Amino acid sequence: MQNYLLSIVLFTPLAGMIALLFFPKENKTLIKVWTNLVMFVGFLVSVPLWFYYDRSSAEFQLVERAEWIPSIGARYIIGIDGISLLLVLLTTVIGFLSVLSSWSAIEDRVKEYYAFFLLLQTGMLGVFMSLDFFLFYVFWEVMLVPMYFIIGVWGGPRKLYAAIKFFLYTLFGSVLMLLGILALYFHYYTQFGTYTFEIAELMRMSIPLSLQKWVFWGFFVGFAIKVPMFPFHTWLPDAHVEAPTAGSVILAGVLLKMGTYGFVRFSLPLLPDASKDSTTIQVIAWLSIIGIVYGALVSLMQKDWKKLVAYSSVSHLGFCTLGIIALNPNGLSGSILQQINHGISTGMLFLIVGIAYERRHTREISEYGGLSNVMPAYSVVFAIAMLSSAGLPLLNGFIGEFTILQGAFEVSKTWAAFAVSGIVLGAAYLLWLYQRTMFGPITNSKNEKLSDLNLREWAYMLPLVVWAFWIGVYPKPYFEILEKPVAKIVKRIQPDYYRARGLRDPLPAPVPVAAARPTP
Amino acid sequence: MNIEFTATDFWVLKPAVMLCLFGCGILLTDFLLEARQKIWNAFTALVGLAFTGYVLGQQATYLRTEGRAELVGLGGAVTIDGFGIFFNWVFLIATALAVIISTRYLEIEQEHHGEYYSLLLFAQTGMFFLATGTELVTLFIGLELMALSFYVMVGFLRGDKRSNEAAIKYLLLGAFSSGMLAYGFSLLYGIANSTRLPEIAAAVAARDPRDPMVFLALATTSVGLFFKIAAAPFHMWAPDAYEGAPTTITAYLSVASKAASFAFLLRIFQGPFESVRPTWEPLVGAVALLTMTIGNLAALSQTNIKRLLAYSSISHAGYILLGLVSGNQTGMKGIAVYILVYAFMNFGAFTMVVAMRNKNIIGDDIDDLSGLIFRRPIYAVSMLVFLLSLAGIPPTAGFLGKYYIFLSLIETRHYYLAVFAVLYVAVAAYYYFRIVKVMFASEAPEEGEITDGMGIKLALAVSAVFTLLIGLYPEPFLQLAQRSLFAALR
Repeated sequence: MQNYLLSIVLFTPLAGMIALLFFPKENKTLIKVWTNLVMFVGFLVSVPLWFYYDRSSAEFQLVERAEWIPSIGARYIIGIDGISLLLVLLTTVIGFLSVLSSWSAIEDRVKEYYAFFLLLQTGMLGVFMSLDFFLFYVFWEVMLVPMYFIIGVWGGPRKLYAAIKFFLYTLFGSVLMLLGILALYFHYYTQFGTYTFEIAELMRMSIPLSLQKWVFWGFFVGFAIKVPMFPFHTWLPDAHVEAPTAGSVILAGVLLKMGTYGFVRFSLPLLPDASKDSTTIQVIAWLSIIGIVYGALVSLMQKDWKKLVAYSSVSHLGFCTLGIIALNPNGLSGSILQQINHGISTGMLFLIVGIAYERRHTREISEYGGLSNVMPAYSVVFAIAMLSSAGLPLLNGFIGEFTILQGAFEVSKTWAAFAVSGIVLGAAYLLWLYQRTMFGPITNSKNEKLSDLNLREWAYMLPLVVWAFWIGVYPKPYFEILEKPVAKIVKRIQPDYYRARGLRDPLPAPVPVAAARPTP
Repeated sequence: MNIEFTATDFWVLKPAVMLCLFGCGILLTDFLLEARQKIWNAFTALVGLAFTGYVLGQQATYLRTEGRAELVGLGGAVTIDGFGIFFNWVFLIATALAVIISTRYLEIEQEHHGEYYSLLLFAQTGMFFLATGTELVTLFIGLELMALSFYVMVGFLRGDKRSNEAAIKYLLLGAFSSGMLAYGFSLLYGIANSTRLPEIAAAVAARDPRDPMVFLALATTSVGLFFKIAAAPFHMWAPDAYEGAPTTITAYLSVASKAASFAFLLRIFQGPFESVRPTWEPLVGAVALLTMTIGNLAALSQTNIKRLLAYSSISHAGYILLGLVSGNQTGMKGIAVYILVYAFMNFGAFTMVVAMRNKNIIGDDIDDLSGLIFRRPIYAVSMLVFLLSLAGIPPTAGFLGKYYIFLSLIETRHYYLAVFAVLYVAVAAYYYFRIVKVMFASEAPEEGEITDGMGIKLALAVSAVFTLLIGLYPEPFLQLAQRSLFAALR
């Protein structure tokens, strides 16, 4: 059982989807119950990962491997380390909750909707588990198609425009990434005489700096579009605003993390020399900082509730990429934790918008006001979500942003100074949003009869609230999980990072992959 | 020269003999059939194809068990090798699919005649010689046999102005290109004093590569070949011919004729012209780039689905040509995989257009597919698979073809071509998704009931299953492609 645990987690949604195809499409309740059940089971089977995961090792765990296409050296290899563990868990949780949130929001073409959602879930999980570049690429692309449909069919007024924009942007980035992958793949062949896509094998290569740089920027386009980093972010407001609530939650909560995950999993360890090149660092850091400030400023002036949350993602993801390019343990582990945090808090914010939208069918901030009078519970949950996103201590966002700033500060005080302004601005737009929608008298008579959270809405908000507090109050288990894998990446890039600073080295033994660099 | 007709010669020719026999047989038995019994012609054709397949299988097994690379017959005119057999499989699949989607279509068009099926078989006979011929005259006759059959089939809807126009256009431009080709062939003969490809290859290699005679032969021959594969700037006939032809023939033309012309092109470029590769490599690279550019950009604005697929198939020719530009093992394998995959996905897409043809609906506008998901969900999903595959998105088969082409470009350091080639994938996705959008996000029209038959269902199922299967479990098909390589590259 344990040997196939990851495969079970990965394919549960797909199996559920295949079964779903045989259901009669008229029976909407059955379809909803079934999908919720599958997603819940999908979450349950992923829970043991948390317990099986050995925190004292930096290696990939629960690895499964099988031959797939021997002629080109593509294998089915999946496995997780601490970084992927957290993202897999985030995916199973957010995936389940967003399906639960769709119960009454989606009434049209229910069967197709849930089928696409299940397919999407497998695609996303596959991205976080693949240890074979070919497999990774397949999952990376597979998940595009269901997302296209979720936005394009069940979205808002400009859904088709937003859907194709999302699709083409991502495709554009990923084909350039594909060239990078093929370049590495061929380079491995010239060095070792065999073809393989296995990540661990590819890391044994010594790659000349010029090739590293080309490949790095190829990857960069693919990942930066997905994150999205400024100036590649223009697809995001459209896609997030037009997508149905659950689609936005998945987009912000999970899909964006594929980009940052790509940097951490592939760009940094495979191309260490290009990653620590000063041009690379400066470009990525400043693009991140521009993203942080720009995203926050644009959020400040939004009239549309959902668009505001969407732009706040640009700002928050800027923190994540800044943490990554700081290339030190604080920056990296803060960045990964902040990815989880962003999934939780922005997921909550989108769900909050969705709840209001379901009742009023508008997202104009000016349409609301004084909601705390009629929806007290709702306003409390919103307050928690908002504060967690703004980075209030005792909530999750604070931990992530603080650690990232620590990491950034270590490299450059200027970076940290600019990034801090993002936190201030973030508090500004979120508090102002809260004030305009929740406080004061009810100005719009349509809002007088709104009902508060129902049981199902509680059911999908509460886990996220609990999770936000957990990370905020006691983040230690998360840092424990991240310590070794992050140290491995740091040592891969700066082998004597810990020794030079007189720090305790979490991986005292030489990292095998770094030591075993062959000479060509 | 030995001019006796030996057992080997017959053995080598057997697939062509089968095709000819059944083609002529259909013409004869057609007289005996009532108007509503014409469907038996289709069965006869399928039986003929089954025999051809059996013989091809025998030849393939023979080569494998004897460990021989090739079997040369007719004094070097025809060579049965892995390459020829592979392409013949593709032709066989295409013809079989064309036969099974045609019966209902021809009923609706009220042009159900026996000649149609025999023309399909004769065209395939021509293709057989294009893929296996290793002698200029054999190749030329094969080409003309195929082309003549197609001229008639493109104009098969006698009452339809578009069909007639398409046939004339195709005929005139086709004749022109054959003329160019014949001119190039005569020069090659002049160089080598022989019509057999190996001898020509030796003679060309012996010459100075800058010899104007060689260059002239290269230029004229390639122009003729580029016409046949509809590579830019010689692609103008394709959109018109594709749009006007009966849709079943468009499907067949776009798959089989293109595959055969590519087989022909590879025989020439990798044979006689291999030694002057430095001369033609940049040229073919430029043509490939131009072909992808024109095909993809022109497809963006099409509203007729047949024209859109015509331009898309032009762009696919560009991709396949890139494999020739690389010219290494990966590139050649890529071409084989690409053509096999292309056969299924493109045929599937056109079959969908055939399925939309109804008594009162022509069904070749993109909007005719509106709301297909509500009308025929399985069709819509199959079409989605074909379109994703045409766009090259994994895990469909189309990705695999593109994968090999991109890899071969990187291996041979054609980085700029590789960048353009991948960027056009994103462009192409845009126009393929225009169709997807209409199918999934538009309302179904009031009328436009789909009255398809078993044949179309079968063809769609076969195409969709293979498009997915080659994408998900490609190993056996890659082995097949491996065996199709010329001995020098293996």
